[in-house]
This record gives sequence, C-alpha cells and structure tokens, in this order.
Amino acid sequence: MGINIAFWVLAVLAATGALAVVSARSLFRTALGLVLCFLSIAGLFFTLSADFLGIVQVLIYVGAIAVLLIMAIMLTRDVEKGNLPSTLKIPALVSGLAFAGLSVWVMLNTSWQVSSEAPTTPTASTLGNLLFDQGGLVLGVEIAAMLLLAALIGAISAAREK
Amino acid sequence: MTAGLNNYLVLSAVLFSIGLYGALSRKNAVVVLMCVEIMLNAANLSLVAFSRFVTPVALSGQTVAIFSITAAAAEVAVGLAVVIALYRQRGTVDVNDINLLKW
Repeated sequence: MGINIAFWVLAVLAATGALAVVSARSLFRTALGLVLCFLSIAGLFFTLSADFLGIVQVLIYVGAIAVLLIMAIMLTRDVEKGNLPSTLKIPALVSGLAFAGLSVWVMLNTSWQVSSEAPTTPTASTLGNLLFDQGGLVLGVEIAAMLLLAALIGAISAAREK
Repeated sequence: MTAGLNNYLVLSAVLFSIGLYGALSRKNAVVVLMCVEIMLNAANLSLVAFSRFVTPVALSGQTVAIFSITAAAAEVAVGLAVVIALYRQRGTVDVNDINLLKW
C-alpha cells in the first residue's frame, strides 16, 4: 500500500521534472527540473527494491552529472531566457507523441512473464557476485573501466585551451 | 491501484517521449544533453522494473543498468567537453548555428 502511494507520487514528480526540462524558459530552472527528475527516479528504484542502484543514481546522476550540467550552464550566455525551441518544434512533438503511443500500445499488448517470487534484498552482494564472481561479467567491468578512462582523457583533451 | 510492471513501463515510455521531444526541439546544446540523460534514465527505469517483476531473484536487469549508467557518465563527460570546445571556437551553443557539416 505504502509502495503504491510512493509510486504514484514519485511518478508525478518525475514527469513534472522532465516537463520542466523541456518547457522552463530559464536554463537554471531546467537544471533544477532535471535534478527533481533524477531524484524521483532514484526513489522509484527504491520502490522496486533496487537499493544499490537507487544510491548509485543519487551519487552519479544527482551528485555528478547534474552538477556538471549546471557548471556548463554557467558558461553559456543568457541563462534567464536560454531554453528556446528550434524550428523543429511541431515535428518533434509529433514524433514524441507517436513514439509514446506506439511504445505504450506495444507494452500493454505484450503478456510479460511476471514472476511472483519475493525480490532479493539487499541487492549489493548479489550484484557484486554477478559482476565479479567466476563466470560473471568481469570482462564487461574491465571494458567499462577502459571506456571511462578513454572518456576522461577525451574530455580533457577536447575541453583544454589550445 | 497496485503499481505493477505496466505502470512502470508506461511511466518509462512517458519519460522517454518527453526526453525525445526535448532532444529534437531545443536550441541549446546543453539542454539537448539533459534530454538525452532523461531518455537514458527512462531506459534504466524499465530495466530495473523488468528486473524486479520478471527476474526478481537473478537481478539481471540491474546488472545491465549498472553498465548503462557507466556509459551515460562517459557520454555526458565527453558531450560537455565538446560543448565547451564549441563555445570557445564559435561563441555559441545554439545547435541551429552549429551546421558546418550540414549538406
């Protein structure tokens, strides 16, 4: 019961934050709407009993990515009225609505094999075993580490002053 | 009303569509990056929802979501570096003005 109420409240908050990102005029309000959206998605992860991913969401998205985006906003001019629509507004609206309708129709017409088992809690040790145990995804973890290192070096070399 | 798999999937589709609309219709490159992040988050939400409702014990969806979050972090770092480099070179982050490769 409590989880249902939490789902509806967080769903409305997430949609409100996402709508604020695409509709607020001031770039700063856009960033705050993004933070609201990320935080409510972290709450939704907790309602899905994904405790580790909820904390990762807060740390990485709210703590790192949102702060990085706000720093980038500070660099641009006219923060107050910076979030303007381009000439593609109507086709973008049409394609967004078409995608929403199509995907909702497909989702509601597929019979998912919903399992009635109780979810694993806490998830951190199970996820750790899945990632690092024998037969786990250690190669994927190594490749992700290489990707992050490459992104770090690439970001520094792209953004430094020549 | 009980919040089941379909509720989470519809919410994820709604968030993805808002992000898609924003990414296609906004002028500011930083806002376009934000909308891409919303779309990635919507995909993560449906991954975790599938993990909770379809494989609640194996947690395979959450494993995929961890890699997706890693890729998103790398993407936003490089994307913002490109935006900053563009701002240095051209003095604008308006995607309508960045059309050097347009045919």
